[in-house]
Amino acid sequence: MVLFALLRILPGDPANALLGVGADADQIAAARQQVGSDLPLWQQFVGFFTSLARFDLGTSFVSQAPVSEEILARLSVTVPLTLLAFALAIIVAVPLGIIAAVKSHKWYGGLISVFSQLGIAIPVFWVGILLVTAFAINLRLFPSGGFPRQGWGNPADALRDLTLPVLTVAIVMASSLVRYVRSATQDVLGSDYLRTARALGSSFIEALLRHGVRNGSVPIISILGIELASTFLGAVVVERVFTLPGLGSMLLLGISQRDYPNVQGVLFVSTLLVLFIGFFADLAQRLIDPRLRDRSRGAAS
Amino acid sequence: MTTIELDRPARRSAASLTFIVGLILVGLHVAIALLTLVWTPYDPSSTAGGRLEAPSLLHWAGTDRLGRDLFTQIMIGSRIALQVGIGAVGIGAAIGVTIGVLAAFATRLLDDALAAAFDILIAFPTLLLAMLVVAASDTASLWSAILALGIALSAIVGRLTRILAKRVLQMDFITAARTSGTSWPRIVVIHILPNIWPTLMVNFALQFGLAAIAEASLSYLGLGAPPPNASWGRLLQEAQGTVYTAPFGAIAPGLALLVLVIGINLFADGLRDVGDPTRRRSR
Repeated sequence: MVLFALLRILPGDPANALLGVGADADQIAAARQQVGSDLPLWQQFVGFFTSLARFDLGTSFVSQAPVSEEILARLSVTVPLTLLAFALAIIVAVPLGIIAAVKSHKWYGGLISVFSQLGIAIPVFWVGILLVTAFAINLRLFPSGGFPRQGWGNPADALRDLTLPVLTVAIVMASSLVRYVRSATQDVLGSDYLRTARALGSSFIEALLRHGVRNGSVPIISILGIELASTFLGAVVVERVFTLPGLGSMLLLGISQRDYPNVQGVLFVSTLLVLFIGFFADLAQRLIDPRLRDRSRGAAS
Repeated sequence: MTTIELDRPARRSAASLTFIVGLILVGLHVAIALLTLVWTPYDPSSTAGGRLEAPSLLHWAGTDRLGRDLFTQIMIGSRIALQVGIGAVGIGAAIGVTIGVLAAFATRLLDDALAAAFDILIAFPTLLLAMLVVAASDTASLWSAILALGIALSAIVGRLTRILAKRVLQMDFITAARTSGTSWPRIVVIHILPNIWPTLMVNFALQFGLAAIAEASLSYLGLGAPPPNASWGRLLQEAQGTVYTAPFGAIAPGLALLVLVIGINLFADGLRDVGDPTRRRSR
């Protein structure tokens, strides 16, 4: 509903996008009929919802291709990019965050914190530009952008093109994750159960792995859900840096061409995915922490 | 919670050190921004040297593809970043604090609705919301970027205000004030705002950094301030095209942004340590 309202506020008739400059009144009327912007607002609104319910996202004003097909094609770039970067960020950030908390008095613990501070303070596209400068221009290891035309037909090529974008997203994501992991670990380190475990004869590492990880991961998972969602949507910028044909570039193009069905479709699918991610993060938290399960059951009854 | 002060002297001086360093970095940008109002090394809109020159004594950050002095443009970018930061945080604070306080006082139903609205808006990344608002306004201008970021930030401020205000509302002195017949606008002004202000200020500082980054991203995508304004994001976007021949142009504006955001974050950290004694102990 919010989407519908926002998109109608966009000034400019989409029919204008279909026609070149200097179209006469008849042509404009015909175009308006074609895109449906001559109908009263409430009819557009009803039509919008009945087709959403059927997962029919309409056809693009500009290219006349079905929106859902275009989105599916573009998801094949955005989803791997997001998931690979997400996995890489977790693999890097969790150990680093724990080290930064446990060894905060050592020089490398402090260094990790400093680096994560730096990572938070820079925009994702700048990381991309720097990586391009270093790896594509000076070392010539990876392409500076683009994506094979046939998509995943040639997986090796596609992966090569995704390397730098994935690194870019992962660096920015890992630096904020490190901070969360570090503070969660600090909470765990000061906890009574860890001291008890140590008193019962577990080694420090064993106590941390057996008791600390499970307890510390609960707040981290909800952060992960938010991070994953924002990475997915933040892909807009990264795709622009590396000229990837993903969902983000579809959105930008749609906005500049006033191609409502495309913009609507992208936003609808993204919102849906964001909601799903939040739902799964919730579910995962309950699996890990039985106390949350009890609380929600108590609240429901 | 224990109230024993375990603060060691070394810790305290470290805290105030981050505050001072942050203040210096931000102050540097403010000074440069004010300076551009009266003086810049070169005229920002006319060519001052050869195209894509490397940094030299004459041009500290080199020149862009039209031969304009890049350092001059970065200085102006500093002014724009501060304008956007102050404007966006100002708008976000005005809307967010108002709605947040209203939600804390409202009936259960309205409060729940507002809380849900905040959560939904926060689930959307700031940048995406801002992109939509910019796209919805007629032409991309500095003000549409400021407004867009302000609206996106207001949800974060609103949620925080609501939570903080509710916590204060449960205090005994509020009950005392209510039973003694103080009207609720007066309670807000005398009791609630002063109590939540320190935490809010820290949050505003952090949001300022977020707004600066988001503005750079918007103008990088071509949705920010249009060409006469030398925003750092636009400088980076232009420099990306010539990164093969003049890599420095793609580095300098980013460094300027980095310094500003780090300065703000350090400043916020310092502010939190100074303003909140309970935090001082745990850090």
